[in-house]
Amino acid sequence: MKKIPLTGDQAVAYAMKQIEPDVVAAYPITPQTAIVMSFANYVANGQVQTEVIHVESEHSAMSACVGAAAAGARTMTATSANGLALMWEIVYIAASTRLPIVMPVVNRALSGPINIHCDHSDTMGARDSGWIQIYCENAQEVYENTVLAVRIAEHKKILLPVMVCQDGFITSHGVEGVDPLDDKKVKDFIGEYKIANPLLDIEHPVTYGPLDLQDYYFEHKRQQTEAMKAALTAIPEVLKEFEKTFGTKYDFIEAYRLDDAEIAIVALSSTAGTVKFVVEELRAKGIKAGLLRPRIFRPFPKERIVNALKNVKSVAILDRSDSFSSEGGPLYTEIKAALYDSGIKPLISNYIYGLGGRDIFPADIKKVYSELQTVVKENKVKTPLNYLGSRE
Amino acid sequence: MAEQKKSWKEIPIGGKITEAGNAEQYNTGSWRTFRPEKNKIKCINCLQCWIFCPDSSIKVEDGKMAGFDYEHCKGCGICASICPVKCIDMVKG
Repeated sequence: MKKIPLTGDQAVAYAMKQIEPDVVAAYPITPQTAIVMSFANYVANGQVQTEVIHVESEHSAMSACVGAAAAGARTMTATSANGLALMWEIVYIAASTRLPIVMPVVNRALSGPINIHCDHSDTMGARDSGWIQIYCENAQEVYENTVLAVRIAEHKKILLPVMVCQDGFITSHGVEGVDPLDDKKVKDFIGEYKIANPLLDIEHPVTYGPLDLQDYYFEHKRQQTEAMKAALTAIPEVLKEFEKTFGTKYDFIEAYRLDDAEIAIVALSSTAGTVKFVVEELRAKGIKAGLLRPRIFRPFPKERIVNALKNVKSVAILDRSDSFSSEGGPLYTEIKAALYDSGIKPLISNYIYGLGGRDIFPADIKKVYSELQTVVKENKVKTPLNYLGSRE
Repeated sequence: MAEQKKSWKEIPIGGKITEAGNAEQYNTGSWRTFRPEKNKIKCINCLQCWIFCPDSSIKVEDGKMAGFDYEHCKGCGICASICPVKCIDMVKG
């Protein structure tokens, strides 16, 4: 089909139009606003029959989503940064109640000081909330992953909510040509929403969210972690079906010119586009540079990441959020931990970058690759933790 | 003997309770400090205690107040407080 010009936010709304969830409860927050605004247009124009619940806060938005999903409705919302922070309590409840809510998140820096631009501090803070997390490089991925997320969330072996993350303003407000999927094919792909034990099945009354103390709470947490583990094998089934239906092949990770790479960068989302550009420049000069982009961060695709890095001599992990641990960002510490048992030990360093929307230029990426070359030459990482683009 | 508790594989996901009416199995009576008891004043069977009891712990037989369900009464004292003829006392235990 012919490509249509869409921003990342509009791409999400377009996917939501095709999914036509039963309920959407959302509160506007920059840079997510255009998602809800565009979707509200579809509703107002009668193009979808979705029940939109206008709420007074994100805490209420996620609460309404939990109620709707438990009632048996296919449910979506969308948020960013402080909005995600405000719904925090219910974000955990959605996951632990095992409700397959799909939430596009437009990554934005958490306050304070107040900032509306891109970094990953919002969703990285929610990495232990029990939600599946998908990070998208561009509007096309945002669009297709929103459709995929419905199937992943509702998979009977998974039943976990999903965040579909895109970079605030960079992706959410940049216009790209998006290849639309066929309406009917999307409807057929996502299928009918059937939940076990919906609250509205009054013939079979059920209690959601009861008190759960020392005797069973632990078992319910265990179920959540086992569901995340099951997602590692169940998600590929969905990805394969997506490829068969729509032709696009996705995996947990994207390995870009990694096979023979000696130096590599690991980065999430839109930064990967800049890294690819630099990789091509370096390759033209005979420098064996590569990129690893984890697309799904929860569940953490440990085996795939370790395998992808098995031949590189030195790797830099780029984190667009800091965990203020003094040991590095979340992507770095998790990848480093994954490598520990594998026997694969590239010289590894961490670069915190792009906080609060600080631009990341090809020159910054080149600097990282150049430092990786030095690390390889000296066979030593002198500074494991670096702040790329911050003034000294 | 202690009840054999189920593993994570054997229970519904998400903490759901899939049977109705099981609150009865939870004996909340053990929380009680004071219990309601009828005293010598004649009960007029107005059933105000039955209406107001938050734990459905007032027993009624043939339209008459027939005592307390001590398995579930938490001893809140609402029945004693609401009784128009003051025929319920709260006593220790």
